[in-house]
Amino acid sequence: MAQSACAAVDIRGLDFAYPDGQVALRQVNLCVAPGERIGIVGPNGAGKSTLLLHLNGILQGQGLIAVDGLQVTRAKVGVVRAKVGMVFQNPDDQLFSPTVFDDVAYGPIYMGLAGVEVRQRVAQALRQIAMEKYANRVSHHLSLGEKKRVAIATVLAMTPTVLSLDEPSAGLDPRGRRLLIHLLEALPQTMLISTHDLQLVKELCPRTLLLDEGRVVADGPTVKLLADEALLLAHGLA
Amino acid sequence: MHSNSLDLYCAGASFWHRLDSRVKLIITLAYVLSVSLMPVGAWPAYVLLAGFVFSVAVASELGLWMLVRRALLALPFALAALPLLVTTPGPVILNISVGKWLLPLTYAGLERFLSVAFKSWLSVQMAVLLTATTCLPDLLVALRALHLPGLLVTSVGLMWRYLFVLVDEAMRMLRARESRSAAGKGRSGGSVVWRARVTGNMAGSVFLRGYERSERIYSAMLARGYDGTIRSLPVEPVPAAQRWVAALAIGVLLVLLVLGQWM
Repeated sequence: MAQSACAAVDIRGLDFAYPDGQVALRQVNLCVAPGERIGIVGPNGAGKSTLLLHLNGILQGQGLIAVDGLQVTRAKVGVVRAKVGMVFQNPDDQLFSPTVFDDVAYGPIYMGLAGVEVRQRVAQALRQIAMEKYANRVSHHLSLGEKKRVAIATVLAMTPTVLSLDEPSAGLDPRGRRLLIHLLEALPQTMLISTHDLQLVKELCPRTLLLDEGRVVADGPTVKLLADEALLLAHGLA
Repeated sequence: MHSNSLDLYCAGASFWHRLDSRVKLIITLAYVLSVSLMPVGAWPAYVLLAGFVFSVAVASELGLWMLVRRALLALPFALAALPLLVTTPGPVILNISVGKWLLPLTYAGLERFLSVAFKSWLSVQMAVLLTATTCLPDLLVALRALHLPGLLVTSVGLMWRYLFVLVDEAMRMLRARESRSAAGKGRSGGSVVWRARVTGNMAGSVFLRGYERSERIYSAMLARGYDGTIRSLPVEPVPAAQRWVAALAIGVLLVLLVLGQWM
């Protein structure tokens, strides 16, 4: 495959097993071009979240992973985390500060940015999710939809090139889901979205990766993949 | 991805594992009582008591090293007995000067301190053997059988059940924080004060969420008819053979206790 086709994310022969011996990923290969939006689907326990946790070095398996041309190694993990914005399934895990501002500012402050720039980044990130007025609100008291959007802002403030989202639409009402889809559509970043929401994949991601038991079962155009009922049925998606 | 470090050894098939939890609890309590009643400086009796707990350790197939290591946890508590060193009257070994005070270290004090430290170490080893080889639900049955107040047993049970949930929650939160802890162009990491504040906020979040979860759990309990009393199915009586094991163990401890008065 041409080098540029893998410029955003390049994963080759990735194997991973949890300490208790449970194998979660087997020989995963993935090549993502800049700006691509990929839906990662598969049954529960297929390895979707595990795969995402490898992108920023939280988990480290056997194999090669490069993000934005930078190899993910223990030594480079700090730089990689500035490039990969990871949005976790449960926003309560991600929002641990008293106010929305503090939560969004965490990443930039940790990166050692100056006060003025931190404020600019927070304002910009909140503008991107259309929640500028929420800066002084208490994170704890937001609705789930609002928390999910703030969680996205917490990584946008770090100006990542790749966004990895774990079940972004889980638990949202139709309006919250619609808002989220519009919001993600407007972002320029490369995106990897792990989800069970096939409709969201259809609307957002031209390409889909189907995982089952840690293996890549299919990787191709979403339209073609989601039309294959036999394939979806065989892997617990229909 | 879940924490299960507290239940690592409870599933075993050794003789001590297979004993009824009530028998194990009674033997443990009898042992701790005997150790506490043993007079100061009865060293031969202490050695015999150590022999008792080591025999149980062998019967539990846990390994002595694991037991000794876990029991070291008790050492800091033994420090509470330190004042005995200088407050017990008797022939003085040496005088320790602290500022303008002169503290007399006595033989009797040293013996009392060492006795207390050794005895607490022995007791903790027996407690470790009980908790490591008995899964908590069985231990709760035993506590209930010994008529510990129901509310206390329920609290211990709920604490155990949700401790893991909270630990998992804290782990996920740490992981999410780690994901956003990136390197910048200059010096990254933020100031110490800021980091301390973030950590404090995280601890506060876990507390708040634990508190809210407890409200939800309580509502769910109420929804299923909880009225303040925990009802449980009647438990089988302890098998006759195991009653003999308990009686034998208590007999041995009684003999040791009598011997200890003479030594």
